[in-house]
Amino acid sequence: MVVTEASAGMFRKVTFELVSEARRLADERGADVTAVVIDSGSMPDVNELATCGADHILVVNSGERVYKSGEVQAKLIHDLVKERGPEVVLFGATALGRDISARVAAGLKAGLVMDCIGIRAEASGLIARKPLYGGKIIAEFAVEGSPKMMTLRPNVAVVDNMAGRGEVTTLTMVEPVPQVRVLELSVDESPKLDLTEADVVVSGGRGMGGPDFGILEELAGLMGGAVGASRNVVDEGWRPASDQVGQTGKVVSPSLYVACGISGAMQHLAGMNTSNCIVAINSDPDALIFKTADYCIVDDLFEVVPAITAAIRKLAVVT
Amino acid sequence: MNIVVLLKQVPDTESVIELSDSGMAIDAEEIKWVVNPYDEYSLEEALLIRESRDDVKVIAITAGNEEADHSLKTAFALGVDEGIRIDTSEITDLDPLGTATILAAALAKERSDLVLAGLRAVDDDHYQVPAMVAEQLGFPLISSVNKQEITGDTITCNQTIDGGYVRVEANLPVVLTTQKGINEPRYPNMRAMMKARKRPVTIVSLSEIGLTADQFTSDGTRLKIVSMAYAPERKPGQVIEGDTAAAKAEELVRLLKEKTDLI
Repeated sequence: MVVTEASAGMFRKVTFELVSEARRLADERGADVTAVVIDSGSMPDVNELATCGADHILVVNSGERVYKSGEVQAKLIHDLVKERGPEVVLFGATALGRDISARVAAGLKAGLVMDCIGIRAEASGLIARKPLYGGKIIAEFAVEGSPKMMTLRPNVAVVDNMAGRGEVTTLTMVEPVPQVRVLELSVDESPKLDLTEADVVVSGGRGMGGPDFGILEELAGLMGGAVGASRNVVDEGWRPASDQVGQTGKVVSPSLYVACGISGAMQHLAGMNTSNCIVAINSDPDALIFKTADYCIVDDLFEVVPAITAAIRKLAVVT
Repeated sequence: MNIVVLLKQVPDTESVIELSDSGMAIDAEEIKWVVNPYDEYSLEEALLIRESRDDVKVIAITAGNEEADHSLKTAFALGVDEGIRIDTSEITDLDPLGTATILAAALAKERSDLVLAGLRAVDDDHYQVPAMVAEQLGFPLISSVNKQEITGDTITCNQTIDGGYVRVEANLPVVLTTQKGINEPRYPNMRAMMKARKRPVTIVSLSEIGLTADQFTSDGTRLKIVSMAYAPERKPGQVIEGDTAAAKAEELVRLLKEKTDLI
């Protein structure tokens, strides 16, 4: 069973990654993939879930079509899991996915591995890989009991075109009465690429010297990516806490990570060192970040970054 | 009003982590232990609430062997009223459910109006113990809070969610997890730290909270570590040469085009 997540009428990228991962596991075990969509307002096109492997698509209607808190969604998922008894339940390692899965695991006394970077089926059961100690160690966990629950980090599983049967069922459930009452919701409704799901992340550190991240936004925008920040930058109030990459922020694993004016402290590396390709730009040749980067540019980021943007633009014109 | 803060100690972020000889655990010898950064927010918030009213007692509680006393000493130095450690030295395998069962049993013995815990512990990032404690106590859980206010027996919180926040309220008692941004944690000064070292921790045995070590054998754990390995090291990178910043930028773009499909 996959618990899907959507925002602004679109499924999140990690949802397709989860369905694909579930399809691979299900094929090895001769099982079906059920994707659960909790109708909470802006309904995405649920048929899209079939293209990456969902056999059953369960659309859950309960109460009004409004924002449903982690608590409410967890109660619905809890009841569904109890009723249907899936062997495995997968969630995205997002703020919501982690919140719901922890509540469901608590209620069912189930084993839950958070922030997985890989799941494989073995004769003895399921093995989930997960980083520990800020990514310095990779551990494999066996999950005992049933259901086995996992949250999967965005950008680690490949989305495959593997058609599932895609049978859509609408289920009406009684809206649970929450212990925590929602008073007000404040979310940015404009579809914005989440840092953890972006394929390109351009991050700035103390070397930015202030809150103007315009040159990074321009480069990120050109490459269809998102802008991140180091802890120093967030502590200075130059960027919001939600932009922070690092051990006490978000962990990102994009195809390309561009670190601009970031020294490369251990706590920052914990948030980005699994990126596929890392470019570091720093005027200090001894900056630690250069030990982690694939491509190192020792120079003034205020000259280099706009020049990269210009060079990519020029290429686009030529080709 | 009793505020209970759940504490965990974790390796300092800058610590080098070495695997033990068994390869199934880390070598604890060389590690510098600190209070989990997200728990620091919980401690600070508890102390701020105590400073804003005159009926508050702050109790810090942890589960572990005597090594874990260090985190309670730090809590003492910051000003908590009591520090309790549930002694788990007889238990070898504790997963989140086991830890939560122990903490919840201890909490059931104390009157708690507000339970604060870090959103996550930065060592194993399981993100589960507070939810499991809340479930076992039957308390509402308000997760990832970056602002709270208590009026009478109602707590109002701003909860961070993907893309924004949601303002919620619940009746006390609740379990609340603290997220970055809720406050700026204070740090203990040397003198307070020296004084705290002499202050005794209240040690509670499993039997005193109605549990036995046999309940926590490896047969009962939901999560079992089957292997541990060092994360693969990244290969040394290539320094991009060039006379000007623009030349270096062009060379980078050429390399990215050649070696990746991003451009």
